[in-house]
Amino acid sequence: MSTTSSTIINLPDQRTATLPKRNYLNNEHGLLSWLLTGDHKRIAILYLISITFFFFIGGVFAGLIRLELLTPQPDLMASDTYNKMFSMHGIVMIFLFLVPSVPATLGNFLIPIMLGTRDLAFPKINLLSWYLYLAGGTFTLAALIFGGVDTGWTFTTPLSTHYLNTNVVTAATAIFIAGFSSIFTGLNFIVTIHRMRAPGMTWFRMPLFVWAHYAASVLMVLGTPVLAITIVLVALERTIGIGVFDPTKGGDPLLFQHLFWFYSHPAVYIMILPGMGVISEIVSTFSRKRVFGYTAVAFSSVAIALFGFFVWAHHMFIMGVSNYSALVFSLLTMLVAVPSAIKIFNWAFTLQKGSITFETPMLYAFAFFGLFTIGGMTGVFLGALGMDIHLTETYFIVAHFHYVMVGGMLMAFLGGIHFWWPKMTGRMYPESFSKLSAVTSFIGFNLTFMPQFILGYLGMPRRYHAYPAEYQVLNVLSTAGATVLGVGFLLPLLYLTWSLRYGAIAGNNPWQATGLEWQIQSPPLTENFIETPIVDHEAYDYEWLAHKTQQEVTTVG
Amino acid sequence: MDNAVVVTHPHTHETAVHEEHHHVALPQHRHHFETEEQQREAGTFGMWLFLLTEIMFFGGLFFAYLLYRNWYYDAFVSASNQLNVTLGAINTVILIGSGFFMALGVWAAEVRKRSLLVLFLVLTTVLGFAFLGIKYVEYHEKWEKHHIPGEHFDISEFVNPPIDAKTGKASEKPLAPDMAQKTQVFFSLYFAMTGMHAVHMIIGIVLLFWLTWRAYYGEFSSGYVAPIENFGLYWHFVDIVWLFLFPLLYLINRHPLK
Repeated sequence: MSTTSSTIINLPDQRTATLPKRNYLNNEHGLLSWLLTGDHKRIAILYLISITFFFFIGGVFAGLIRLELLTPQPDLMASDTYNKMFSMHGIVMIFLFLVPSVPATLGNFLIPIMLGTRDLAFPKINLLSWYLYLAGGTFTLAALIFGGVDTGWTFTTPLSTHYLNTNVVTAATAIFIAGFSSIFTGLNFIVTIHRMRAPGMTWFRMPLFVWAHYAASVLMVLGTPVLAITIVLVALERTIGIGVFDPTKGGDPLLFQHLFWFYSHPAVYIMILPGMGVISEIVSTFSRKRVFGYTAVAFSSVAIALFGFFVWAHHMFIMGVSNYSALVFSLLTMLVAVPSAIKIFNWAFTLQKGSITFETPMLYAFAFFGLFTIGGMTGVFLGALGMDIHLTETYFIVAHFHYVMVGGMLMAFLGGIHFWWPKMTGRMYPESFSKLSAVTSFIGFNLTFMPQFILGYLGMPRRYHAYPAEYQVLNVLSTAGATVLGVGFLLPLLYLTWSLRYGAIAGNNPWQATGLEWQIQSPPLTENFIETPIVDHEAYDYEWLAHKTQQEVTTVG
Repeated sequence: MDNAVVVTHPHTHETAVHEEHHHVALPQHRHHFETEEQQREAGTFGMWLFLLTEIMFFGGLFFAYLLYRNWYYDAFVSASNQLNVTLGAINTVILIGSGFFMALGVWAAEVRKRSLLVLFLVLTTVLGFAFLGIKYVEYHEKWEKHHIPGEHFDISEFVNPPIDAKTGKASEKPLAPDMAQKTQVFFSLYFAMTGMHAVHMIIGIVLLFWLTWRAYYGEFSSGYVAPIENFGLYWHFVDIVWLFLFPLLYLINRHPLK
């Protein structure tokens, strides 16, 4: 590799850095300047605060679930309460944390800057989507306060329409509204990526972060409306008694499953794709190399989005779909492993002969590699028809899902937050603490969910609050791991808040990364760029950066 | 010099000429768009994307319709015959008329005729209300016939169709009770689909009020037609949904009974 000779390994000296006088944070003051802002960066911060709030609410439910499962007997809460716990955990974590996590915070903040433009195409719609998110969150909290929901996050009919007297309609409204928040975010991204790129920013010069968000946005725009209408039908069935899913009136509950999973399977790609975009940026930056097989990684995002629409029935193998369609869906499910593997292998090749350093974001990226690979591989187990019958509805599937979503997405989210924290706030996070928290969450995570794979394989079903005594050892391990994991998630909240005031000043480009966002001041100006940049180099061009840095030095003298 | 905001590449002096865009200072021009052309294109593109989400939204319902129509064919035929084709046809004409006036409205905005634009928007609104009024009459009819799904749904008319006084024959092929029960699925879909369509009409009418008010104060008389144009797309989309709903719900397999 001839390019490695010119890569920059020395990071700039941050003691000389100063905070810029004028930036998007101090441009305007007062609460209203935040609540009525059209600035994508401020909206990203608003999102960051609100999703963190809901993440910890969802986390409390997770903690209570694990606490109940510490002993085989149902001793902490009644079975109904337990049902509400895991339902609220799922609803909050999926619709209010995972779906908006990376796109609405990092994507919102970075996509316009990465494309070299001043804002997203529709700033007001961007703000509207944050308010819709808040409205969805409020309805969720209302459902919680009025007594919770116990359908599970899947709203399975006819359980949700006929047999429960909990707040299904309130929770359904919450999801309907939050869904539109996600549709508008996706729509804004697609229009921005198509129409707002700076001169010279061709499709294949875009950072892979943008490609991943493009693919995820397509899923949001095409998938979410189907969930919306499904939720409407459930609500209508529950309130006025129409019969689309009701077998006593001729409806078919299986139709609900088809419509629900038509969104909810692509939804897991909405959740993971932006995380993959984050990993591409981090891996390239801390290996000081262009991402290996840029085009393949870009297209694999699109391929995941495309295949993602044709695998939904693998959630329904045990629900009585025909054997032939199960066979086809099983094969299509295996197909998704191909683009996912393309990504993993290309990242691995990016590392090869790179000048790797182990800053915190890179630690999270490594956690992502391991955990996402395990999560993905176990997904293939579940896609295989015979295995699925044994493993589905057990803790195996819980572990699989959490390996992909927490081990994959959450690690990517935290990695991304650490990576761009200097850009967003202008200050560095404390390196030693953050490394500790990255390692803590990695250990805690494995301790929590690895035993669940075994539990599931042994046959412990999910969504029960009591279990045979022989499963206790593994459950105790899992609960202990959850405690460690909780510490690992709480630490960043504390030291990142601390760093807002006391963190070292970051400077423009603390990582010597190539993205356009690193070439402007941190925190950026409200208008991002003083003049529209003209892009004349590929993404991840470290020679260009080295050349540019040399030029800067000579001009300063 | 960490704070230096160096954005452009040093070797791009010759291309930097492109930078000096002639910034059009129209009031509707938003600061983050380079040109007004870009703003307009982005707006229209965004609207088309939104319509795509709407297709997916209605798509779920159409899929359910397709499925159940194949399963419960006889029930769907009988239930469909209960709909009032005359009112449905009148409504179709009204909606097409409304779309026509909307198209004229876009034209009026483009040629900058304020009063014409207001007139056409008002006519669009009036026809929108007319549609909803007739829809109300139809819904009321269903209410009286106990065709609204739920507790009061009555299948007796499908099991024992009334006898026609002139011919002395049943006016409709009688259904077995279990198949008659499935007419409830048809009416569930009928109300869900036309109801969702009506909700879109109501949202459209609210937007029409707002646009008419803005048009009255001359906002769209200076060549700024994007909101009118984009709303036009939405309104036509709602029309088109009805153009699918009408044959699927009212006309499909409508056959004269001998």
